[in-house]
Amino acid sequence: MTLTEDPKDTQDAYVPSERRLERERFKRARARRATAIAALSTLVTGVALYLVVVGAPGWPRTKETFFDGRYAREALPKVLEGLWLNVRLLLVCGAAVLVLGMLIAIARTLRGPVFFPLRVLAAAYTDFFRGLPLIINLMIVVLGVPALRLQGVTVDPVLLGGTALTLTYSAYVAEVFRAGIESVHPSQRAAARSLGLTNRQALRYVVLPQAVRRQVPPLLNDLVSLQKDTGLVSIGGAVDAVRAADIIVGRSLNYTPYIVAGLVFVALTIPMTRFTDWVTARLDRRRTQGGTA
Amino acid sequence: MSEAPVLRMESVRKTFGSTVVLRDVDLEVAPHTVTALIGASGSGKSTLLRCANLLEEIDDGAIWLDGEEITDPRADQDAVRRRIGVVFQAYNLFPHMTVLENITLAPRRVHGVGRAEAEERARELLERLGLAAKAGEYPDRLSGGQQQRVAIVRALAVRPRLLLLDEITAALDPELVGEVLAVVRDLKDEGMTMVLATHEMGFARDVADQVCFLEGGVVLERGTAEQVFGDPQQERTRRFLRRIVEAGRL
Repeated sequence: MTLTEDPKDTQDAYVPSERRLERERFKRARARRATAIAALSTLVTGVALYLVVVGAPGWPRTKETFFDGRYAREALPKVLEGLWLNVRLLLVCGAAVLVLGMLIAIARTLRGPVFFPLRVLAAAYTDFFRGLPLIINLMIVVLGVPALRLQGVTVDPVLLGGTALTLTYSAYVAEVFRAGIESVHPSQRAAARSLGLTNRQALRYVVLPQAVRRQVPPLLNDLVSLQKDTGLVSIGGAVDAVRAADIIVGRSLNYTPYIVAGLVFVALTIPMTRFTDWVTARLDRRRTQGGTA
Repeated sequence: MSEAPVLRMESVRKTFGSTVVLRDVDLEVAPHTVTALIGASGSGKSTLLRCANLLEEIDDGAIWLDGEEITDPRADQDAVRRRIGVVFQAYNLFPHMTVLENITLAPRRVHGVGRAEAEERARELLERLGLAAKAGEYPDRLSGGQQQRVAIVRALAVRPRLLLLDEITAALDPELVGEVLAVVRDLKDEGMTMVLATHEMGFARDVADQVCFLEGGVVLERGTAEQVFGDPQQERTRRFLRRIVEAGRL
């Protein structure tokens, strides 16, 4: 106790040894060397890539059809306008998917004979919609439902497209939630039940909070994926970013607008991905340090 | 045993697949007494406790809590568990809740106690166990001994009729065992009825009114601590105790 009481004492008494200084000099030199090698390697790779692309026999023509500045400037405002639809779809479908996915996951973990049909239904749902290609699901819903000419049922391609996205993604997210629920150790449930909590209370207060926390990274991953797939509602004719580009391409026969739309999606996805990484890192840190931050 | 037993087991049988874990187990626990279950790992001590709390369903026999048969399939299992506190070997605290939230969960959600009242009672118990400063911490930040004491407080917060302690010191570093056992000793002095499975023979000898030696799912020998430790009647009890002494644990 008394030894460490005054940190100044110990600090003043310590002089780094020659051995330590020598090691640090070596480490600094090694770091400088590594940086130099990385820079050189990047330069060489970049130049090589450039030469391959630019030196390709079709490059002048490709450049004209895919990277035309005039068409890019024309497409950008239209694409951004369309993108607003993608963003709204993401927000609404994302919320619906989280709720529906959670309900399905809970239905699959319910016990007791009363819930048998619910369990089977939930299992069948996830099996079916995880297997069904999203594009086919979209076509059936967006094109098939209006064909029925049902009274009072919307034919709006945005609403129908959103419904199809929600159907497919709920199946994925339900599995993510279910994996989370099953990853909570049975002893947690045993402890909750021992305290007199009912099965439902144990799920709500003990199992689900832990399950959801663990599943944040895969959930965000699915949301990033959903964000891109909102572009698929354009097959019903809704004017989103992809469709906006499509229209200009159809008129001009120049593919630059697709590049613009693609870049805009990437730009939208990057913050989301970074956010996912940040949340994951934060969760990991908390787990390993056992911190409360 | 003059008073009606808090817990009574009769001819309890429990199997896991083809393994018989408990065979014809009888047990009576009088109010305000401590019963220690001793025996090698795998002798059925923990299973016996889990059956008493209905975490495991028994195959045959019957268990009564305060004269009411709890193994009757018509019994309300949640109501039974409300009256029994359990402390586990691995603490099983809820990692996403603070110490205070861990303790007040059951009083608030199961017993309908108001938040302020539940927290007051929790703080009072924490204070008594020397954990008042830890109320806002998450379980990960506590030592094993502190976590186990919080688990005891959590079990006590609902004022259980009976407390089951399942090898509560087995996961602790030796220097932390004492602080947890001291709490159990205090509880005994306050008249808490307890059944504990333990490897701490010295402690069992000290604190238990009744000691049961289990082997192969059978209660081979039972009696007061003096009888079982001082003058064991069964050859296998003697052999078990001799091994414990050789291992320096008695």
